[in-house]
Amino acid sequence: MKNNMKKSFTWRNITESRLFFPLVALSLILLFDFIFIPGFFTIENREGNLHGSLIDIFRNGSTVMLLAIGMTLVIATGGVDLSVGATMAIAASVAGILMNPSALKNEVFFVTDPTYTFQPLWVVILSALLVAILCGFWNGILVAYMRIQPMVATLILMISGRGIAQLITNGLRVQITYKPYSFIGQGWIVLPFSLYLVAFVFALTWLLTRKTAIGMFIESVGTNFRSSFFSGIDEKKIKLLVYTFCGFCAGIAGLVASSNIKTSDANNIGLTTELDAILAVVIGGTAMSGGRFSLLASMVGALVMQAITQSMYAIGVPAFALQAIKAVVVILVILLYSEQVRSFVRSIGASKKGVKS
Amino acid sequence: MSESDQNILAMEGIGKAFPGVQALDDVSVTLRKGEILCLVGENGAGKSTLMKILTGVDQPDSGRIIFDGKEIHPKSPQHAQSLGISTVYQEVNLCTNLTVAENILLGREPHKMGRIDWTKTNALAAETLQRLLGVDIDVTKPLSSYTVAIQQMVAIARALYIASAKVLILDEPTSSLDENETGQLFKVMRKLKSEGVGIIFITHFMGQIYEISDRITVLRNGKLVGTYETASITRVSLISKMIGRSLVEFDEMTKIKLESGKHIKSEALLQAKGFGLTGSIQPLDLDLHAGEVVGLAGLLGSGRTETASILFGVEKADSGSIFVNGKEVHEHSPLNSIKQGIALCPEDRKAAGIVDDLTVRENIVLAIQANKGWFKYLSLPEQYEIAEKYIELLSIATPSADQPVKNLSGGNQQKVILARWLATNPQVLILDEPTRGIDVGTKAEIQRLVLSLAEEGKACVFISSELEEVLRTSHRIVVLRERQKVAEFTGEVDENTIIHAIAGSEA
Repeated sequence: MKNNMKKSFTWRNITESRLFFPLVALSLILLFDFIFIPGFFTIENREGNLHGSLIDIFRNGSTVMLLAIGMTLVIATGGVDLSVGATMAIAASVAGILMNPSALKNEVFFVTDPTYTFQPLWVVILSALLVAILCGFWNGILVAYMRIQPMVATLILMISGRGIAQLITNGLRVQITYKPYSFIGQGWIVLPFSLYLVAFVFALTWLLTRKTAIGMFIESVGTNFRSSFFSGIDEKKIKLLVYTFCGFCAGIAGLVASSNIKTSDANNIGLTTELDAILAVVIGGTAMSGGRFSLLASMVGALVMQAITQSMYAIGVPAFALQAIKAVVVILVILLYSEQVRSFVRSIGASKKGVKS
Repeated sequence: MSESDQNILAMEGIGKAFPGVQALDDVSVTLRKGEILCLVGENGAGKSTLMKILTGVDQPDSGRIIFDGKEIHPKSPQHAQSLGISTVYQEVNLCTNLTVAENILLGREPHKMGRIDWTKTNALAAETLQRLLGVDIDVTKPLSSYTVAIQQMVAIARALYIASAKVLILDEPTSSLDENETGQLFKVMRKLKSEGVGIIFITHFMGQIYEISDRITVLRNGKLVGTYETASITRVSLISKMIGRSLVEFDEMTKIKLESGKHIKSEALLQAKGFGLTGSIQPLDLDLHAGEVVGLAGLLGSGRTETASILFGVEKADSGSIFVNGKEVHEHSPLNSIKQGIALCPEDRKAAGIVDDLTVRENIVLAIQANKGWFKYLSLPEQYEIAEKYIELLSIATPSADQPVKNLSGGNQQKVILARWLATNPQVLILDEPTRGIDVGTKAEIQRLVLSLAEEGKACVFISSELEEVLRTSHRIVVLRERQKVAEFTGEVDENTIIHAIAGSEA
């Protein structure tokens, strides 16, 4: 992208930028909202905090955005992580049980005191993240060192993860009433607090991949792992890193999600979000076969997914029909990636503006 | 009957260019009815391009194909097959989970009342196998329950049944077969031959060429060397036609080589003792000295690439030991080799060399960066500096350092990989077929570069299918045959001595 800045902005340069198609998709959805949903773009200032449908897209999209960051790196190495939803549930269960251990005594005990917690907040958060990182590490070992296909390897945790989460909470849904914890998903500092978390993880990942050699190695391994191996890159370590990091991202997403609904519900937290995260990355233009990736484009992809959901709810599409509508929109977006459609768009641009290709 | 009447197939004056390389140049081949023609040549000779043109995968730039008396223009493998030209590849392209009968008749099963008539299908398949190939097996078993040889025969049966092929191309069908299975396949080939089918057989096993073929067509560097009656050409002269040169010339290269040969140090930079890997390369001793180019000569499959692989640590040797600067290396891996100052330009540029989506710059800095690790990141200005330096030094033709390397021609991609390794400033440089598939000018450039690197005090290993090239660039030549080091020559050797060593004792 840096180089595109130096060159003149021709139509071709713009259409070839990784951000172009995800942004077009997002704009189309927002345009739809602008026309059909009155007040969609209204932003209210409530006691210094900003609220509105647009803000909600960001806030509700934060879990998928967090997952998409980790997923981008995994997909860039040519893999996929199906277990992020289950990892979210595990992290949530660990956090829940450390704040409200009553479930362990096999009793549903409703803590009503918003200041009560069994363990201090930092222990809760660190333990939950550590367990999530372990989940990712496990996936990484299976994929990189045991040479199990990523889809199969992560399917194991996807299936068993929710069982593990239930084991942790003794099969019960743990109520979370501790006020400071709720701030993670529901707090507001002008903007929703979860957005700052997304920004932090995004910045961390960007620094980690673009200010060290890791990003280049990930792209190299994803494009051609044999050549990378011949060049002295330890592709196993790179894969272990990305899966572990993906677990870390899922852990944070798990904290946000459980804080949002005030329970650690092992059966429903993060259910099918792995697919949303994968779609976000695909919409962001990273090929499932691996190679070049763009974190920013994946973020836009996650927003596209969330904007679709939000818009459908706003115009009154019932929840059960939502998945079908989502599928249609996703197909349209993916079509924009087909080389045929792209060259068609380019040819339109070229003929209109008379730019040589 | 005139000769042209006997010909089932004639390819005349075929030419084909790919970006940066003339893959075929005015090649003519004929195939008679009921004949087995061996097509031989080293890597990059043009065998596969020629067959791709015949089967319609690629279109020729010039020349024409006469098949059964008529000029044809195959547009796709399916089209070629419908004309009567069928191909069976090294890897069997069938559904191994289906039964033998299903594989033979897939899409053409006899029907009864709208359903597939399985009794008839199986009977027809069994009858086809028996009649065409004389093979009697249970056709209701899945294909995977049979050996690769049988699977290949099923592939042949399918080719013959569907199109009643008049020309059958067998592309290295025996490379995964054992002796017994090869024998079975040869029996089938002889039966087909007696029925008038013309067979083009591609192999690099000398023994098989002499066992089965009637005539041999030799290609080298995209040009036709000649077609010979198998009975009238000796092994040695066949090999010399495949890899040798016709004229001995004392050229500029030889001068450079003699001059640089004076700087060879006596102590070894790299020393391999009894180094080998079971099933890959027999234990061998090899010393590499500073300032020296060591050529590895031998035919395809003789163990050249395997030797390079174990020296660099791509494959872990299971016998012997390796010393760099007198110290034994224990953890042998590509990364560790880079740290020890060993570099390998791999034979397969596409699969193991370039990372095609990355830019020229990224491809060049990849190995240095791998050596530095994850966190000592070369800054962008440093990366550009290194990249620009080698783009200039090796005159890599690219619009900019930010060009994805896949957009470059083969020769320039090869230079990018060379640049990647030169940038690590290696002491030992192993070059496996560095000039394959690139144009003559670049070839000479790379050969000169190798000698000048040696002069700077590096030790080079030069592997090539072209003996001429190995002779031109190497101070010392190691000959491999059947995965074994069989000879070593220092100083001026003449080509014939080496060809005899390559051909072995039978010559």
